[in-house]
Amino acid sequence: MARSDNPFDARRRLGGCSCGAHADQAAHEASLPSGDAAVVRVVEAAMLRALFPHDAGRRAFLKSVGAATAAAAVAQFLPTQFVAEAFAEAGRPERADLKVGFIPITCATPIIMAKPMGFYEKQGLNVDVVKTAGWAVVRDKTLNKEYDAAHMLAPMPIAITLGLGSNPVPFAVPAIENVNGQAICLANKHKDNRDPKNWKGFKLAIPFDYSNHNYLLRYYLAEHGIDPDTDVQLRSVPPPEMVANLRADNIDGFLAPDNIVQRAVYDGVGFIHVLSKEIWDGHPCCSFSVAQDTIREMPNATAALLRAILQATAYASRLENRKEIAAAIAPANYLNQPLTVVEQVLTGTYADGLGSVRKDPRRVAFDPFPYESFAIWTLTQMKRWGQIKGDVDYAAVARQVYRATDAAKLMKQDGLAPPEATTKTFVVMGKPFDPAKPQEYLDSFKIKRAS
Amino acid sequence: MQRTLTLRAGILSLALLAVILLGWQVAVSGTAKTEAMDPEYAALMGQSATTGKSAMPGPLDVGATIWGHLSDPFYDRGPNDKGIGIQLAYSIGRVALGYGLAVLVAIPVGFLIGMSPLMSRALDPFIQILKPVSPLAWMPLALYTIKDSALSAIFVIFICSLWPMLMNTVFGVSSTRKEWLNVARTLEVGPVRRAFTVILPAAAPTILTGMRISIGIAWLVIVAAEMLVGGTGIGYFVWNEWNNLSITNVITSILVIGVVGMALDQLLARAQRLVTFPE
Repeated sequence: MARSDNPFDARRRLGGCSCGAHADQAAHEASLPSGDAAVVRVVEAAMLRALFPHDAGRRAFLKSVGAATAAAAVAQFLPTQFVAEAFAEAGRPERADLKVGFIPITCATPIIMAKPMGFYEKQGLNVDVVKTAGWAVVRDKTLNKEYDAAHMLAPMPIAITLGLGSNPVPFAVPAIENVNGQAICLANKHKDNRDPKNWKGFKLAIPFDYSNHNYLLRYYLAEHGIDPDTDVQLRSVPPPEMVANLRADNIDGFLAPDNIVQRAVYDGVGFIHVLSKEIWDGHPCCSFSVAQDTIREMPNATAALLRAILQATAYASRLENRKEIAAAIAPANYLNQPLTVVEQVLTGTYADGLGSVRKDPRRVAFDPFPYESFAIWTLTQMKRWGQIKGDVDYAAVARQVYRATDAAKLMKQDGLAPPEATTKTFVVMGKPFDPAKPQEYLDSFKIKRAS
Repeated sequence: MQRTLTLRAGILSLALLAVILLGWQVAVSGTAKTEAMDPEYAALMGQSATTGKSAMPGPLDVGATIWGHLSDPFYDRGPNDKGIGIQLAYSIGRVALGYGLAVLVAIPVGFLIGMSPLMSRALDPFIQILKPVSPLAWMPLALYTIKDSALSAIFVIFICSLWPMLMNTVFGVSSTRKEWLNVARTLEVGPVRRAFTVILPAAAPTILTGMRISIGIAWLVIVAAEMLVGGTGIGYFVWNEWNNLSITNVITSILVIGVVGMALDQLLARAQRLVTFPE
């Protein structure tokens, strides 16, 4: 500041502003961030000052890692409550026209149905839900800010935040879309080959490397003594291509999202071997994901969006509404599937491909709460299969990405009942998982890539 | 003689079409053996599982679908469901933009390279390396750097239609006959006038050949690019119908893509005939 007051300073332009970059003080002030952005700036400046008491140190740090990385690193240390507080003020959305990307599968039900059933509209938003060709494209379009938020596989925001398979960009999961709702589907020729121990040499498809489908299938195989990296071939195949590949005999089966599994049954090319709920009842599958930047830039709009999703999810969680939802999301504009396929998935009364009709109302369930323990489990599996090398702070990453506290706050405001705790223990194939002891859990597996 | 040949070729074409359609209909009309199912289960299954009907549609199904699309080509039911006419308009618009940009770059640059043997030799290795790269290989790079999927699709069209035009312009310009250039020189014609009045007319047929190859490639690529990027366009339409495993609609769009591609090609063929000269 001293520099700006001293007309004898050779480095200062007379008549300029206090920073020297603008023509006069008025232009300088006009360019300053205002409102929430200003608050964030002040907090960030305070953080940086605390981290680097000497300015030379700060400059050297910024020069060596770049401003974007530094900003991401600082954002990591911002108290997580900060975002929740931004959500708490229910102001007008900064922008009413939003774009949300989705993949045409029933996991995206809350995101999709919120459009034709008016949940977005109720929050004063005009949302375009845009069908997208594959997970990598959804990721890139969301990173490029073409989408304001997107339907992603639950592990994807963790992978993006950690920089696995893309640049590291802090992402948040303020809500889970669905739990359960996947299945292992095998080609009809394997009807009499149901024991995974005999599956050596199988070619199996998964939707994406960073998917719970991948981790669940690997888990399932490994529990049966099959090493998923050496004994079988796992291929990443976009869901729409799976049924075509199964028909063409290019793959022996897949662990895929519904309606793809039910479509394979409907077309008479495959049968349902096990539902994913038989592997882990209540596993998260897909998530509603937003870049943390977006939350900070437009907290009100993201909060409104999230409220619409939470209410849609609550509506979808009731079994009696499922037929109505199936009719709303099956047309060409959304899933583009025969109505009966979508209905069978959502109502849980379905043909299993083996000649009988099964009834399982929890085949797919909708529960928006992003338990931090879900993220911790995902991280243990990412480490188990060598996607994460080196140490990882399970609890910190989980808290940063899975916004359980934020979701709880919004749910309370809307009169929904969030769970008390942000973590929970659960059981995967008979084995309990304690989120407080991820390393011990990881160590307990016989088949793994991590040391 | 010429007329009877055309007539005979036409009749043969029609006969071939009839044979193909008939063969197609026969091939798909059979039904496979199916096991008996209890009715509650059968109600939940698709036709190919219950009646053994082939998953492949016959020409009659396809004809009905084409009629359905053509009778209402411009409907718009939200961002993911638009009529085939609107989708085609999006694709043609993208091709026109990318291709137009490529024309603006390839022809002037081709002229400069073609008129200078030094540049021609120096740039040759770069062009040779970039030319055979599949346009879709540019896609991830474009998405990453341009950060906009619509622009990326246009960029991919641009980059794939650039090379044939550039190569042909260079070739056409550099193979202008020496005698004509010498005549121009003896008449003391300036370089700019020489380019426009001597070289351009001489090279025009070759340049248009390049443009014709390029529009074909551009139309091939837009379908693949739109399948990747999604949103709008005939490529997205194919992808969306594939997603629904609707082979009928996929075949319909194959036919539509073919017809539009032929129309674009014929347009440039006509332009080419305008500038061709007898030697």
